Amino acid sequence: MSKYYTEDHEYVFVKGDIATLGVSEHAQEQLGDVVFVELPEVGVTFEKGDEFAVVESVKAASEVYAPVGGVVVEVNSALEDAPATVNEGAESVGWFVKIKMANPSDVEGLLNVEAYGAHIAD
Amino acid sequence: MRYLPHSKKNREAMLATIGVNSIDDLFAEIPESVRVTEGFGLPDHATELEVDRYFRSQSAKNLAASEAAFFVGGGAYRHHVPETVNHLIQRSEFLTAYTPYQPEISQGTLQALFEFQTQVAQLYDMEVANASMYDGSTGTGEAVLMAHRATKRRKAIVSGGVHPQYVEVIENLSDFGSHQVVKLPANPTGVEDIISQLDKETSCVVVQTPNFFGELSDFTKLAEAVHAVKALLIVVVTEVVSLGAVKAPGAMGADIVVGEGQSIGVGLNFGGPYVGLFATTKKLLRQMPGRVCGETVDADGKRGFVLTMSTREQHIRREKATSNICTNAGLCTLAFTIHMSLLGEVGLRKMAMASHNAAVVLAERLAKIDGVEVLNTSFFNEFTVRLTGKNANDIVNQLADDKILAGVPVSRLLPDAGHDELLLIAVTETNSDEDFDRLETALKGAVS
Amino acid sequence: MSADKMNNVGRPSTPNAVASNEAHPTFTGNKALQINEPLLYEVGTPEQTGVDIADPRKATSRLGDLARSEPIGLHGLSEPETMRHYVRLSQKNFAIDSGMYPLGSCTMKHNPRINEKVARLPGFADTHPLQPQHTVQGAFEVIETLADWLMKLTGTEAVAMSPKAGAHGELCGMMAIEAAHRAAGNAGKRTKVLIPESAHGTNPATAVFVGYQVQTIKTREDGTVDPQAIKEAMSDEVAAIMLTNPNTCGLFERDIMEIADIVHAGGAYFYCDGANFNAIMGRAKPGDLGVDAMHINLHKTFSTPHGGGGPGAGPVVLSKALAAFAPVPFAKRDGGNIEMVEHKEGTKSFGRMTAFHGQMGMNTRALSYILSHGQDGIRQAAEDCVLNANYIKASLKDVMSPAFEEQKEGFQRPAMHEALFHDGFLEGTGVSTLDFAKAMIDEGFHPMTMYFPLVVHGAMLIEPTESESKASLDQFIATMRDLTLSAKAGETERFLGAPFYAPMKRMDETLAARKPILKWVPAPQ
Repeated sequence: MSKYYTEDHEYVFVKGDIATLGVSEHAQEQLGDVVFVELPEVGVTFEKGDEFAVVESVKAASEVYAPVGGVVVEVNSALEDAPATVNEGAESVGWFVKIKMANPSDVEGLLNVEAYGAHIAD
Repeated sequence: MRYLPHSKKNREAMLATIGVNSIDDLFAEIPESVRVTEGFGLPDHATELEVDRYFRSQSAKNLAASEAAFFVGGGAYRHHVPETVNHLIQRSEFLTAYTPYQPEISQGTLQALFEFQTQVAQLYDMEVANASMYDGSTGTGEAVLMAHRATKRRKAIVSGGVHPQYVEVIENLSDFGSHQVVKLPANPTGVEDIISQLDKETSCVVVQTPNFFGELSDFTKLAEAVHAVKALLIVVVTEVVSLGAVKAPGAMGADIVVGEGQSIGVGLNFGGPYVGLFATTKKLLRQMPGRVCGETVDADGKRGFVLTMSTREQHIRREKATSNICTNAGLCTLAFTIHMSLLGEVGLRKMAMASHNAAVVLAERLAKIDGVEVLNTSFFNEFTVRLTGKNANDIVNQLADDKILAGVPVSRLLPDAGHDELLLIAVTETNSDEDFDRLETALKGAVS
Repeated sequence: MSADKMNNVGRPSTPNAVASNEAHPTFTGNKALQINEPLLYEVGTPEQTGVDIADPRKATSRLGDLARSEPIGLHGLSEPETMRHYVRLSQKNFAIDSGMYPLGSCTMKHNPRINEKVARLPGFADTHPLQPQHTVQGAFEVIETLADWLMKLTGTEAVAMSPKAGAHGELCGMMAIEAAHRAAGNAGKRTKVLIPESAHGTNPATAVFVGYQVQTIKTREDGTVDPQAIKEAMSDEVAAIMLTNPNTCGLFERDIMEIADIVHAGGAYFYCDGANFNAIMGRAKPGDLGVDAMHINLHKTFSTPHGGGGPGAGPVVLSKALAAFAPVPFAKRDGGNIEMVEHKEGTKSFGRMTAFHGQMGMNTRALSYILSHGQDGIRQAAEDCVLNANYIKASLKDVMSPAFEEQKEGFQRPAMHEALFHDGFLEGTGVSTLDFAKAMIDEGFHPMTMYFPLVVHGAMLIEPTESESKASLDQFIATMRDLTLSAKAGETERFLGAPFYAPMKRMDETLAARKPILKWVPAPQ
């Protein structure tokens, strides 16, 4: 599995042509208590850079943009009833969607673990 | 001036603390060329007595409903509001509080809002309600925009039975938002074919019951057809008291129910302020405009209420907000809730039946007059009559001089639509037998 | 005097000598005047009612097959129970009538009761918007008189009286602007609206409602808008600028006329958010500053009660360029008769924003306030509110942190009606702006506006209004100083758990948002 991040704190974990998307642990800390996550439905297609989800804390709502494009094959339905799952493990149990990637090359230009670590350390 | 506490001496002391010589120094940022140095040619301050006298003289020029035999409806209805309501809403703590941003010292407003939301959800038979909109018409406009957001479509089909001014509000918002409105012609029989108009571009269908002409409709079949094309059904209710007698829109499959609440607690107020009621399903909750109050606990675990889900709103979401709405109808929601608490289910049902039966009695009496035809097959407390060969507007104006406010001429809201003979007559529990006698006699004279 | 004849078995007149006066928990959970009150649905029942209604007349139902047969679920209370329920609830609210309410941007001034009286006169409160126009000429005259005052105070040509609140007024103004562009043959060409980052959230939300895109303008370091930034942002795609003046930082936009000129030269219009008109009324006319449209919050500037969140009213004054596009209905005088024009056909009006005529009940109240003040009192009110804000700022600037650099050293630049601070003075104390505000509650003050405007870190926006006496301001200032010194001295307990003495402790807003409970439901049987 390869891990990539955007400068806006979305992540994509790629395994074969399936990508798992969510917001980073750092983003979760910044947001504070997550109260709602709006997710797309299975079957929806989006392109790299499209807004695909919204994550809300009490005082803020943030659009989440797709680091890679594709078609949604699974959504994390646990977030519907328990949005706090994102706080419990943003990069594990708190994933947003799994998509079938359209272009493997979408990951080009994304940050790897080290680069992202340096980015948030700034 | 009685509202301003400072003495001249205090003002001088404060200027000294600030470190300026005169008040003008504090306005120095206003460009010199536009500083106002003289008066406006308007009067100086007035005593409370003078102000009172002015308004009493203006008020006396109007014909108040209480002085007339009163049958005017068309989206605003005159019901009796108990004096308790008027007293309670003038409590300082309700009247002079702001939006409850600090929940620890606003539980009065918040708990009342929670009770209000519950009452609205029950009346409409819907899962969730918000803390109110400005009024029924603006709420309806917002309901259409909400449907567009939820369905990601932009075409609304509006029934000819919807209040014409509500339709104008929808059209106006749609015009600026570049959305499409398909408007069916107004038709007093209430019979229209909406289903054949439905397509995959349709975001919502807007219908009203009782409709503008007073006719009642069951939208259950329509709801099924609307849902079949994945559109939303918006049901408008302009006379909330009808829900004490008539099947609720939620039970017919409505997705959004919106309406006017002024009949309960608020009064006529010459058109405003009123209170918009707004309810929807849990599924559409996040798309709902307006303030919402929710239950929670405090640090000691004690139950309390807060404004919640504010991330939908303008102060957080800015250009991505569900609406630009900031306030709700505050004190009018309180008046509504207090009146509804006084009524309870028993009182509401009785008030509804008193209004309905009174309307039936009057309709039957008027139907016997030659030249007066009642057009409705069903109705709640308002019905449409045709004054054959006569101009309803002229008759209403003429009867007003005898202190009979006979109703709303349809042409007042729908001019040039061939409805000049039609008159809407509304009846409530406030109408006396003497009112009926006067209207009957006067109409007889007018149509003969 | 004969002591043995005195009644000395009656009630004691001094407190008992007890070992401790520590409070103990009560059995009820009540605290004397603070009484817990359950929900209406927990004290009332479906059978109870508090009204007597005459029996319905005998009649055959005309409801068809649509009678409501299922229970609705409403609960009722008798009249005395209703009175007690809502009086108890009222006692849990802070209000202007009970204490200082310095919410910046909200203008929480005194609400005179004569306003309430006149609004309830039958000629206004008990008239119907659709009764014949010749039977409501007095009501029209009140609307016309208020409109006349608003136009003269703002130096404008027209005023739309139907908008129902400030945000609704914004919508009205922006619609008039778009209508003017369309009438000039520019439909769809001007798509952008310039809005400074310090603006109220309603401004961008409104612009989007009218179909515009928002272009955010950076605020300059002194809290105002730089005309150069506007010049650079101007293009033939810009429809309007939305600017608040005095702005949300409580400052007069000193380059406002230059900005208006730039905007007009570029073929766009100037919308002014009039939320803060209180500071300049009687001293400057927005029309003279180049404003094309501005809403006036009758519930802020002209004292109609806030009512726990409404109803408000937002009449919109319009320049000559926009006057013709005002929404219906609008009043037209013909000799002794006032006609309310209700249909847009045959006019240039952009259409209708609401059913009926708008907020009549707010119009009467606002006019009552205006007539009471008169032109001299209105000017004095503006002067006093500005005086009060500057007095607060001057009295706190040595311990708190005034928002803009240049205001640090002595008096340099006046605030208008608001004193704005950032949270710099709390740095390292472990106390946040929110904690500080909650501690103010314990001291008997409503907190100021917090975390707004967004351009100031941990913002505290204090608007005292003209209604506060010097004694009241001095007490507020002393309290703010005490709290500041306490925070700096490391007394964090006072803040972190505050409020301690309010009817509720700090509320869990996260829980409310995560699991929305938005109505009462019966307990499962």
